[in-house]
Amino acid sequence: MQLLLIALAIILVYVVIAHVGKAVELISLIKDEKQRREDSSRTQAFWFAASGVFLGLFIGITIFTEWHKFLTVPASEHGKWIQSLIVVSLVITGVVFVITNFLLFYFAWKYRYRKNRKALYYPENNKLEFIWTIVPTVTFIILIVMGVEKWFKVFSDAPTDAVQIEITGKQFAWHVRYGGPDNELGPRDFTLVNSSNELGVKWTDKSSRDDIIDDDDIVLPVNTPILINIGALDVIHSVYLPDFRLMMDAVPGVPTKFWFRPTITTEKMREIKNDPDFDYELACNQLCGTGHWNMRRVVKIVTEEEYKKWLSEQDSYFETNILAQN
Amino acid sequence: MTTDTIPGQFSMAHTAHHHKQTFLTKYIFSTDHKTIAKQFLLTGMFWAMVGGLFSVLFRIQLAWPDATFPLLETLFGHWFEGGRLSTEAYYGLVTMHGTIMVFFVLTAGMSGTYSNFLIPLQIGARDMASPMVNAISYWLFFIASVVMLASLFLPTGMASAGWTIYPPLSVLPQASPGSGMGMSLWLCSMVFFIASQIMGGLNYISTVLNLRTKGMTMFRMPLTVWALFFTAIIGLLSFPVLFASVVLLIFDRGLHTSFYLSDLYVGGQALSYSGGNPILFQHLFWFLGHPEVYIAVMPAMGIVSEILSVNSRKPVFGYHMMVYSLLGIVVMSILVWAHHMFVSGMNPFLGSVFMLFSMLIAVPSSIKVFNWLTTIWRGNIQMTPAALFCLGFVSMFISGGLTGIWMGNATIDIQIHDTYFIIAHFHLVMGVAAFFGMFAGVYHWFPKFYGRFMNETLGYVHFIITFVGAYLIFWPMHYLGMSGVPRRYYSFHEFRAFAEYDNMNILITTASIVVFFTQFIFVINFFWSIYKGRKMKTMNPWEANSLEWTTPINVNDIHGNWPGDLPTVYRWSYDFSKFEDEERDFIPQTEPLSQREIELGNNH
Repeated sequence: MQLLLIALAIILVYVVIAHVGKAVELISLIKDEKQRREDSSRTQAFWFAASGVFLGLFIGITIFTEWHKFLTVPASEHGKWIQSLIVVSLVITGVVFVITNFLLFYFAWKYRYRKNRKALYYPENNKLEFIWTIVPTVTFIILIVMGVEKWFKVFSDAPTDAVQIEITGKQFAWHVRYGGPDNELGPRDFTLVNSSNELGVKWTDKSSRDDIIDDDDIVLPVNTPILINIGALDVIHSVYLPDFRLMMDAVPGVPTKFWFRPTITTEKMREIKNDPDFDYELACNQLCGTGHWNMRRVVKIVTEEEYKKWLSEQDSYFETNILAQN
Repeated sequence: MTTDTIPGQFSMAHTAHHHKQTFLTKYIFSTDHKTIAKQFLLTGMFWAMVGGLFSVLFRIQLAWPDATFPLLETLFGHWFEGGRLSTEAYYGLVTMHGTIMVFFVLTAGMSGTYSNFLIPLQIGARDMASPMVNAISYWLFFIASVVMLASLFLPTGMASAGWTIYPPLSVLPQASPGSGMGMSLWLCSMVFFIASQIMGGLNYISTVLNLRTKGMTMFRMPLTVWALFFTAIIGLLSFPVLFASVVLLIFDRGLHTSFYLSDLYVGGQALSYSGGNPILFQHLFWFLGHPEVYIAVMPAMGIVSEILSVNSRKPVFGYHMMVYSLLGIVVMSILVWAHHMFVSGMNPFLGSVFMLFSMLIAVPSSIKVFNWLTTIWRGNIQMTPAALFCLGFVSMFISGGLTGIWMGNATIDIQIHDTYFIIAHFHLVMGVAAFFGMFAGVYHWFPKFYGRFMNETLGYVHFIITFVGAYLIFWPMHYLGMSGVPRRYYSFHEFRAFAEYDNMNILITTASIVVFFTQFIFVINFFWSIYKGRKMKTMNPWEANSLEWTTPINVNDIHGNWPGDLPTVYRWSYDFSKFEDEERDFIPQTEPLSQREIELGNNH
């Protein structure tokens, strides 16, 4: 019944709109065609301009109110580079956005149809077109050079002393493994995966014996290069740490990696954001199935001393789980 | 039937007294390009409504993730079990929204409608180079549509691996229920669809190259024909690659080959696939997937150039540059695909190369924007609904195009890849913009389609709500994306960082519901006007120059378009307001050069 009423109401609205439209058309037919065109062009140019003003206000106001949310503090070294590129791009595209959109709305209003006016026959101007080919090209090349330089810095080889960790995606959780005291991750083989060895680590290899596998929050030291070795067991996932501006797909069969240097501890970030409950979060950013939206892990960035202390308290997974069982 | 298939060059005398057509041969199994165009348009409109409805359904989930809507359960059954969209249905709808909009609406609905309708009419041909192949092209699309529609009702669920169907998710039913029968039907539908597109594309290209009427040199063609011609070329170069990638995916699914798969442990067991690479699929997919966005937007560019020029009563500014910039887009569009894969794990060196072209492809696009602005500058702009949608197109194309300069910058992409920023970007630049081009085309050529006008008042209401609404929907998504909110999330409440935009999400969803219901005004206007619209009484109501307006008012009854000889062309189609002292401000293409013009020296 409720459904029927809603449907009826909607249909009624459409019927009214359609009849108003028909009536306006009938009335307008009485007028001279050119006069009619001039009148309707003025009305429509007005509404178009008004929508431009409205949207300009909407965009201006929301940029002002949302600013603190969308230009957040990057918590990694390369995050700052990305932020600086964003600011440059924001300024350049922002200026072009305002000018071109303004001209569009302004021309639409100013040059609307009038029956006694003629348009200007102006089919081409090579000089003008040359200018607006060259200026964008030069601008884009500058942006490309800036971007490429940073791109290769982001994807340079990790420093040899980088802390080695491994993040492996599966439906719908992350496995995290630390290199342990030797800072080296032992090899894996997917055929070895079973309930007590969910990552398929080869325990026969010595470097895997001290590896730490932990389902709790991920703990990492600040101001230290960290190399994330990324993998996936079943489908493609993506390691996504928005605060660190870090994203890299986790592809089954194709190991990927990303190194970064966090610059702000969790404690410090809580002060900056004035939010005592703030945590860095790890999310999945490649559609991996129905639980894609729910692969959260907390990352704790701690001082180097705290990290060393935490590391010394961890047990080797091999010794506590594998040896103990057998 | 056979006489119907006579291609362009024959005189009308041969086709004038063909046998009487039945309803079936005239409206259903017709080989007339005009009828086929309308079939594509109507099928495209159907799919646009379905695709739009799906987006509203999953937007409701995103705005009110914890609320229940018993009404929706009544309407949509098990998708809304307990009044709340299930995760399976959510990902299914997201996948289908993308598939439907990109392929069925903006490719088939767009090129199918306008290439079929405008190419022969604007170059002076009686029909396509091969009308029969053209008809088959539509019917293959129809089969693809039926298969896809059927897949929506499967008890195991529709395909739900995203419209990009990345393996292994799309291969393994144990990883996603939609990857069972749902994905099989999706792939089957796509095979028919690609065949349809290739047949259509071959036809469009050969028609433009072979069937131009006397005097219609390439550089006298309207920009619509250029755009549709280039679009067909892109499609012909890239769709076969999608076909290959789809076939290999079918092999992986059915024959247990390992093109894309390796090292998998799913559902409690290690699978025997070995040696494949999921990133290979991404390369093959985006080799079509990126050109595809130009397939969607280039016809709109052509339509906008044409309609803005006619309604501004001014020649399109920089005609040659408009053609060359389209050509530049064609060439570069097939060199940018891997910008969808900057963080996919491919070699970072590739990222820098693809970044170069992805940024440079913005050059022809910006040339076009500046040329459109100059086209309306000092014009005499008649604000018809078609003209308004063109102005809206330019605005959307600017706003969405500029963020392309962000996305194309690989370094920035690390932050905003696969967030709501990209949703905002591509919806504005190739979603809404292409739709606006389509709407503009329908309003403008409706008199040619059906011999009647659409109601302008309804057109104005349709435009203004859609225009403002589209900005309200997609603009705030930039903010969400920059602050890190990822796309394809069923709910944002699991993460503190993503949960702070509840109000914004409600605004977006509310706007999308309003915009969705506004589209019915267009649909009502469309069907109402077919039967009850104001009749077209003159051949050339918009006072345009191109050849379609030299056909008779009842052109839809004539298979062959011109009752007598084909028109001869003497000039380009943009001679508007050429001489200030002349009363008439347009000179049709069929008019020979005047003495005055010969003395002045004619450029076009």
